Amino acid sequence: MAPAAAVDREARRRAWWLCAPALALFLALMVVPLVMTFVLSFHSFGFYTGIEPTFGLHNYLDVLGDSYFHEIFARTFGIALVTTLLCAAIGTPEAYILYRMRSRWRSALLLVVIGPLLISVVVRTLGWAILMGNRGVINTALMNLELIDRPIKMMYTPGGIVIALVHVMVPFMVIAVWAALHRQDPATEQAAESLGAGPLTIFFRVVLPQAMPGVLSGSLIVFSLSASAFATPAILGGRRVKVVSTTVYDEFLNTLNWPLGAAIAILLLVAVLLVMVSYNRVVERRFSQVFG
Amino acid sequence: MTRNGPFALLFNALFVLFMAAPLVVVIGVSLTPEGFLEFPPSGISLRWFRAILDNPDFIEAGWTSLYLGVAAASLSTALAVPAALAIGRRRFPGRDLLLATFMSPLTVPTIVLGIAFLRFLSQIGLSGTFLGLTLCHAVIITPFILRLVLASVTGLDRTVEKAAESLGASDFTVFRRITLPMIMPGVVGGWVLAFITSFDELTVTVFIVNPSTTTLPVRLFNHITQTTDPLVASISTVVILFTVGLMFVIERLYGLDRLLVGGEAR
Amino acid sequence: MAFLELKGLTKRFGEIAAVENFDLSVERGEFVSLLGPSGCGKTTTLQMIAGFETPSAGSITLEGRDLLAIKARSRGIGIVFQSYALFPHMTVAQNVEFGLEMRKIAAPERRQRVAEALALVHLEALADRYPRAMSGGQRQRVALARALVIRPEILLLDEPLSNLDAKLREEMQLELRGIQQRMGVTTILVTHDQTEAMALSDRVAVMHRGRLVQVARPLEAYEHPRSDFVSSFLGKTNRLEGKVVERAGERAGDLCRVAVGETVFAAPAPPPEIGKDARPRVIVSVRPEKVEFRAAGAGLVDGTVAARIFLGDHWLYQIETPLGVLLVTRQNVGPAEVETGGSVGLAWDAAQVRLLPFEETA
Ligand SMILES: Nc1ncnc2c1ncn2[C@@H]1O[C@H](COP(=O)(O)OP(=O)(O)OP(=O)(O)O)[C@@H](O)[C@H]1O
Ligand SMILES: [Mg+2]
Repeated sequence: MAPAAAVDREARRRAWWLCAPALALFLALMVVPLVMTFVLSFHSFGFYTGIEPTFGLHNYLDVLGDSYFHEIFARTFGIALVTTLLCAAIGTPEAYILYRMRSRWRSALLLVVIGPLLISVVVRTLGWAILMGNRGVINTALMNLELIDRPIKMMYTPGGIVIALVHVMVPFMVIAVWAALHRQDPATEQAAESLGAGPLTIFFRVVLPQAMPGVLSGSLIVFSLSASAFATPAILGGRRVKVVSTTVYDEFLNTLNWPLGAAIAILLLVAVLLVMVSYNRVVERRFSQVFG
Repeated sequence: MTRNGPFALLFNALFVLFMAAPLVVVIGVSLTPEGFLEFPPSGISLRWFRAILDNPDFIEAGWTSLYLGVAAASLSTALAVPAALAIGRRRFPGRDLLLATFMSPLTVPTIVLGIAFLRFLSQIGLSGTFLGLTLCHAVIITPFILRLVLASVTGLDRTVEKAAESLGASDFTVFRRITLPMIMPGVVGGWVLAFITSFDELTVTVFIVNPSTTTLPVRLFNHITQTTDPLVASISTVVILFTVGLMFVIERLYGLDRLLVGGEAR
Repeated sequence: MAFLELKGLTKRFGEIAAVENFDLSVERGEFVSLLGPSGCGKTTTLQMIAGFETPSAGSITLEGRDLLAIKARSRGIGIVFQSYALFPHMTVAQNVEFGLEMRKIAAPERRQRVAEALALVHLEALADRYPRAMSGGQRQRVALARALVIRPEILLLDEPLSNLDAKLREEMQLELRGIQQRMGVTTILVTHDQTEAMALSDRVAVMHRGRLVQVARPLEAYEHPRSDFVSSFLGKTNRLEGKVVERAGERAGDLCRVAVGETVFAAPAPPPEIGKDARPRVIVSVRPEKVEFRAAGAGLVDGTVAARIFLGDHWLYQIETPLGVLLVTRQNVGPAEVETGGSVGLAWDAAQVRLLPFEETA
């Protein structure tokens, strides 16, 4: 009979074999390409010579030393931050309202609220472009009602991008809060009510604190997806309101300066990872005692 | 369940309006008989849906997206199910690292993945090929399948498998007759979610297509950045209807909330 | 040679030994219960017999064949799990049929045997139901039918009744025992319910902290527990710490005298486990049903009735005495014999006293 240790070793080997095909795909198509991109970001580029396999930090220095890029990065993270705050502000109450609904209504509304997640971002952004154009649905309606006499500029503004991004991202917030609400004991609300708390007090003093881990994890998802969003800023901002991802796109497919584009992308990756890690740190420190 | 107050219901109505508005507008615009965008449409006409038939490049892109979604979702499912079985039920050295690797496409910004795939595929000569697209999409959608299959694997009562084994079933029989049927909802749900994700994917795909392998989102995107006309609205309407159809299938088979919330809430 | 032999069976999980040096022989057709408190290693033992855990040491043989060399799927052992572990995606009939399919039995015979097995557990009518749509008791029967239909050499039951309510549990106990005897299948039942173990089994094997502490027929284990642990675990008892003050002669039936506090009374001669000390410390155990009421002053010890609890077929009294609170049970054959607050004398037959080796705590 095989001793227990050999059985364990056998089980471990089998586990690795089961993961091997997926791992092979990821090594070949995630790890290798990312390393190649990292290397690419140190190369240089000339208009006539193309990509030259030199090795230096000049692309990074170009980006970090140029106020043009500073502005793009600042705008990107500004848009992401405002989008996140808005998503938290409207997604959290919506999740709670859905959570309190009768189950028949709830399934139908859940379909409407988080279903758009499955519909192409291009299509959804197209809808916002039609709504927000100078002669778009919103401006036409407001002018017909004679509330304004000149169209409000929404296309090609950061504000317009934020509105459409909130639409794209808020389902993630609803989902995260929804999941957190389902982990709480419904009796805590009844307990608060029996002690004389009104609906708003219950929401702010009992529900929200328990749902906070969901709000925070939802915020992290929304922020990192917004910071690297491409389709929405590309369609609604075009060349006029550039963000990091559209800049990378231009460098790769228009200017053809791949090394510079790679450096910008790597900086975005690093920034997003830094935000995630430090955010997790802070959140964990804050909540580990309560929710361990 | 407690009732929501009038204020909550008003908030909910506005929220639903906000979520539905761009989709309603797209569908409304697609029905116009005119040659320009107008909302609400002055009449109802299917003129712009007929116009799709005169644009074979859109139709071709649609087929490419469909094939690509099926191929990538199937490949990714075939890789993710065994991995989920190992990760979901065994502790072994390197397990957490493997899981983190397989989930990493969710953390790495898609734009970064896009240029990385472009660089890699053009170096090995696969750029713009259907094979290259399939492999890249399989990577991006793996986390979605893995999450759902993992949820069903960890929810599985292992004594059920032991019962089958004690009745004389071999490892493979246990997998085929017991384990697979029990995790099947997760596998199917994961496949559909992965298919939709692949079908909608733009940010990565825009870097690695060439004119003969252009997908529908890329084709739409390129068109919209030039001009918005009722034609893109009608094509978008078809996309919306197709996705909504899939959503109903999911809702029937698996539950949309379970699919999107990740198997834990119900 | 015994039918099933466990010898020196040991299972360690890292540092802790879940089962240690476990010896047990089971005869063909016998019904043995593994009994012990939660975490004492019952399930682990069963899993080793079934082949789902690999022992760290020891051997398991079935009719002399080494079971450990055989994979779980080839051992031909039927198991009923605590959670039933029914296949949720198969109907009742398909669940039961599964093991026969694995044995490549032809379809007509399969159908016949499934029908027989379902008849055995009175589930003919529900053959096409899915487990989801069944009650706990019905699922339990399906699990039993599924294990029995393969005509197992051994039937293993891991707390099969613990998810059922008390009334259903009692019914199923009777049914289980009936089926087991009709089929003559060798059965090992794991339970932490001592009444269940005693009601069902030919022998009970009491486990404590991974070790086997006593194997005996139920009556024997109850009446002659070999340790303080067994005596307290099997049924209620009055457990007193005392000292032998006068050792008996060498002849069987000779009595000795023990002192508990100031009270001194007679008891059977101490068993060999207690040792040869002149005045050894002992645990004195007297079952509540062996205690009798006398008039105050006429018994071995006097007390006041602190509480009187009605339990249907019997009464339970708590009597405060100089020895501590003693429990007394009385059949409910008429009105209660004493009232709360009254004083009574308590007495017991010297032959009913049990002396056990002293342990600090049970
Ligand atoms: N896989 C494992 N890894 C580590 N320790 C284990 C494992 N399985 C069981 N144990 C430990 O071994 C001991 C015996 O466990 P076992 O499940 O056999 O107890 P049991 O008698 O069946 O208890 P219960 O009545 O609660 O089912 C316990 O202390 C348990 O914590
Ligand atoms: Mg157990």
